[in-house]
Formats: sequence, structure tokens, C-alpha cells
Amino acid sequence: MNIIVCVKQVPDTTEIKIDPVKGTLIRDGVPSIMNPDDKGGLELALRLKEQTGATVTLVSMGPPQADKMLRDGLAMGADRAILLSDRRFAGADTLATSYALAGCIKTLDYDLIIAGRQAIDGDTAQVAPQLAEHLDLPQVSYVIDAVKTDNGVRVKKETEDSVQTLEVEGKCVLTVLASAFKARYMSVEGIIDAYNREVEVWSADQIDVDENLLGLKGSPTKVHKSFPKSLKEPGEVFELSDEEAVELIVSRLKEKHII
Amino acid sequence: MENTEYKNVYIFAEQRDGVIQNVAYELLGKANDLAKELGQQVVALLLGDGISNQAQDLIEMGADEVIVIDRPELKDYLTEQYTQAMYQVIMARKPRIVLYGATTIGRDLAPRLSCKLKSGLVADCTKLTIEPDKEGNLDFYSTRPAFGGNLMATIVCPTSRPQMSTVRPGVMQKMQRQAGKKGVISTFTPNFDSTRFKVRLVETKQNEEKVADISNAKILISGGRGVHDAEGFKKLQALADTMGGMVSSSRAMVDAGVMDHAYQVGQTGKTVRPNLYMACGISGAIQHLAGMEESGYIIAINKDKYAPIFSVADLGIVGDLHKIVPMLTERIKKELAQ
Repeated sequence: MNIIVCVKQVPDTTEIKIDPVKGTLIRDGVPSIMNPDDKGGLELALRLKEQTGATVTLVSMGPPQADKMLRDGLAMGADRAILLSDRRFAGADTLATSYALAGCIKTLDYDLIIAGRQAIDGDTAQVAPQLAEHLDLPQVSYVIDAVKTDNGVRVKKETEDSVQTLEVEGKCVLTVLASAFKARYMSVEGIIDAYNREVEVWSADQIDVDENLLGLKGSPTKVHKSFPKSLKEPGEVFELSDEEAVELIVSRLKEKHII
Repeated sequence: MENTEYKNVYIFAEQRDGVIQNVAYELLGKANDLAKELGQQVVALLLGDGISNQAQDLIEMGADEVIVIDRPELKDYLTEQYTQAMYQVIMARKPRIVLYGATTIGRDLAPRLSCKLKSGLVADCTKLTIEPDKEGNLDFYSTRPAFGGNLMATIVCPTSRPQMSTVRPGVMQKMQRQAGKKGVISTFTPNFDSTRFKVRLVETKQNEEKVADISNAKILISGGRGVHDAEGFKKLQALADTMGGMVSSSRAMVDAGVMDHAYQVGQTGKTVRPNLYMACGISGAIQHLAGMEESGYIIAINKDKYAPIFSVADLGIVGDLHKIVPMLTERIKKELAQ
């Protein structure tokens, strides 16, 4: 069995701060990491590899620096890593991103595609379902468990109020939750090995796509503007005795007709 | 360039087990604002099995028209079945805008459809507006948080139609029900290609504890790391009980296993806008603020006077919640007894 895992390098958004004067994001010194849900996807793939002897191929689209993240994936146990890196991919929204990924995956031999539910920088959760549509494959999102069956996979999916068991016939795209697949650590041998292996860097010429549908040109959505979240005017902060604090809270609650 | 072939604001009226979800009513509320700006109509798409009798409910909650697709294939949500039905109705009716709830259903269905339609989709929006562009044509703007809530982005889909967005539950306001309101109820019959049904639902296990939805609460007493443990939450629960509210939690206490994820407020939990949000021992990470800052009145109690929660609180109290909360509970009991 051949499993493809889609991964994205993202800034660790929990480390991002806002410049209090300029009101812009401070991205300097923010570490780049493998997107947590994608790492969960890789973990699922590696568990299936242990059970079935599958090969695991990582596919990512991004700048050349994503090489480091892909090597981390190899060190965890992936067999092959492909980085789609080309200026023609730049400015892609989710539709154009999924199109490029599909163009790459079409050229590969695969039985199952796993992706993370969503990336922590964009938080869209759109790329994997769009990838499934481009490849004309069924999809199951929010997956928390998956086992191989004779002709497909059997998965558990988490919704807001339930856990569903679903059976998929044939190839499909799964999107997984990081919380369900605690990722393993890289092994020391794995790390050393990963730095002696090749991360294949592919350009738009090596994949099955119409160049006009890549990047900014292939993106129906445009960013009109972005701005730091406006924080409202802070209210008053009091340092009082406990008794005074309680009286103040009660008087405000009455004033606001809450009690 | 204005594309006039595509008209009206549509919403996907999500139902589960035949129950129309709150987010559908919220979408109707916002769709009414957008439709008014455009001088167009609000149309609800109701898909399911045996759900026809609920169309009037959507009319009364803000739809001018409801298109019902009542088919056994649509009993449970499955991507392919719903995509086929939605794609066919969208191609037949040509909506200007289609809104979905940003739920596990909406966020599975809408991207699939957007790719089939080759149209733009904006995820998990918290603000939707109609504004004129430079040529004076009205355009649709979707604003959403990105980078874990650190940045807001306004996205536009200039040429593709329909323009689609998933909308975060709990953010938009429902309308008052207009009982007996008249509207158009029509039906649509899709042609299903069942050879493409490759996913089978084997079973659905409802979460055992039927948890009340914190996004419906008018008063939330919310606890963070400073509450320490389940014992600490009992103090919050007593205050919530006294005031007729509910207890909610920051991510820290969910990760610590003290509270269930269903009670989590924030970027990866629920968005809430109660009349009163009392943050007890919550430092106020930006991801948490993203889920509660629209609350009517915010009170924060925290030992650390530099806690970021104070930047969004209307009233901040520097102090020990373990002392203040029980005292406040007794004091409010007395107040209510009068």
C-alpha cells in the first residue's frame, strides 16, 4: 500500500505576538513547525505502515525552507518527500493550492491520501476536501481512527455531538485531528538518516496541471485587506479588598440589569 | 463587472436528525442584512429525509423562500450525497451568495462544492458585509480570523459566482420569529448517481453525556488555570446556579482534563456572546479572547494585574477568585431574595 501525506510548514501561531505600537504581526523569531494536524496525519500513516508495510510519501507545497520540515518527517519514518516549490505557485488560495497538490499526486501511485484537518496559520480546512474533488475521490474529514480493510478503510469521525463509524470503498482522502494521533518523536538514527536522504524539489513543469490555474491566477479569492484585531477600549481595573470587590461587581450587575 | 445572472442570498439550512441547527437561524439573520443591501431575496436550502414540514419554520425565521430537497439518500450527512444535491440545485438556481455554518458538516461540504463550482470560498467568517467597489458595484466581503486569531483578513471573490462563505456558529444574530409569515416553499428533485456513493455510514454514537450548549447561555461563569481543579469549578458552578447561568472553560482546563471540550470557549472551542461573561482565573490568550470578546458585559477576576484578559474586560478585579467567587455567590443570593 502507498500512502500520501500532505503536510504544510507553518509559523507556530501560539508564538506570534502583535507589535503594540504598529499593530502588525511580529513574525521574526517565530519558529516554523510542521502543522500539528498534518503531523497527526503522518502519525496515522506511520501506524498503518507498521501494520501493513505501506510506503509513506510526504507531499508539501511551499518555499525551499520547507525542506527542514520534510526532513523531520523523514526522520519520523516517512519513506519519500516531495516539495512543490516554484514561483508560479505563489499567491495561491486554497483552490489553487489543492489544484497543484492534485497535479503532483496524479503522477504518483497511491492507495490512500491523508491530510491534516486544517493548518494553524490559515485555519481554513478547505485544501483537503478540494484536493479530493480535484482527484475525484471520496473524502472523510475529522478522522480520529482509521484501519485498513480489504477494499478500503474503516474510519471513525468526530462531529460536534457524536462519533461516526464510516466505511470507504477504494481510494480516498482523509483529514485527521492532531489530538487523536499523538505524533512520535524522531529517532536519532532517523535524524541522521534524514539528512543523508534527498528531498525531491519539483517545479510546476513536473506536475500534471494547466499553468493558468496555478498561484494567484488560479485563485478565485483575493485578500482585500488584513489588519490586526482591534482590541476594544479596556475597561477599569480595580485592586480592592474582597468585600469591596464583591460590592462593586454587584452594583455593576444591577446597573446593567443582569441581576 | 457585475454578473446579474446570479441572484439572491442562499443559506444551507443544516439539520441533524431532522432538527434544524441554531446556526441555520443565525445565517438567516445575516442573510437578511445582505439581501437588503443587494435588494434581493433570502432563500434557504433544506436537505434531508422527511423534513418538508420544517420549511415554514425557516420562513418564520427569515427566509423568503425555502427549497426543500427531501430524499432518503439525504437522511444522514454524507459528503457525496449532499454534494450532488447541492451542486444540482446551485446550477439550476444560480445563487449570488451561499452561506454555510462553519460546522463539521459545513466545512466538509462547502469546500467540496466550491471546487466543483470553481468558485471562491471563505472559511469560518465572523463578519459579512456588502460594500460598493471602486466602480460602484456592490461586492460581498467576508472577514475572518487567521494566524490563530492574531490577524483579521477580509476576503473578496471578485469574479466567481456564487460567492460562498462558511460562518462561525454563535457569531451572527438570529431574527425574531414572525409567526404565520408567508413565504414560497418549493421542492427540488436531484438526480443521484449512486455509483459514486463510496462511503457508508455504519453507525453514529451520540456523545454519552448530552451537554448543554454554552453558546446558548445568557450568563457564563468561565474558569481558567487559576481555578486549579474540579473543586475550584464547584465554586464557579455555585455562582452560575445562583445566577441562572452556565460554567465554561478556557483551553488550559480542557487540556488539563478538568473540563470537557464541549465547554471550551475560544478559537478551538466555541464562540460565545452571553449578556455576562465572567472570566475567573483566565489570563486571556488571544485564542481565548477570540471566542468571548463580543460578550455584552465582561468581568474578569485575576490575581495578575497584567493579565491580558483585563484588556477586554469592562470591569477588572485584581484578586483571588477562590475568595471572591463564593462571597459573590452569597451576596447575590441575598440580593435575589429581596
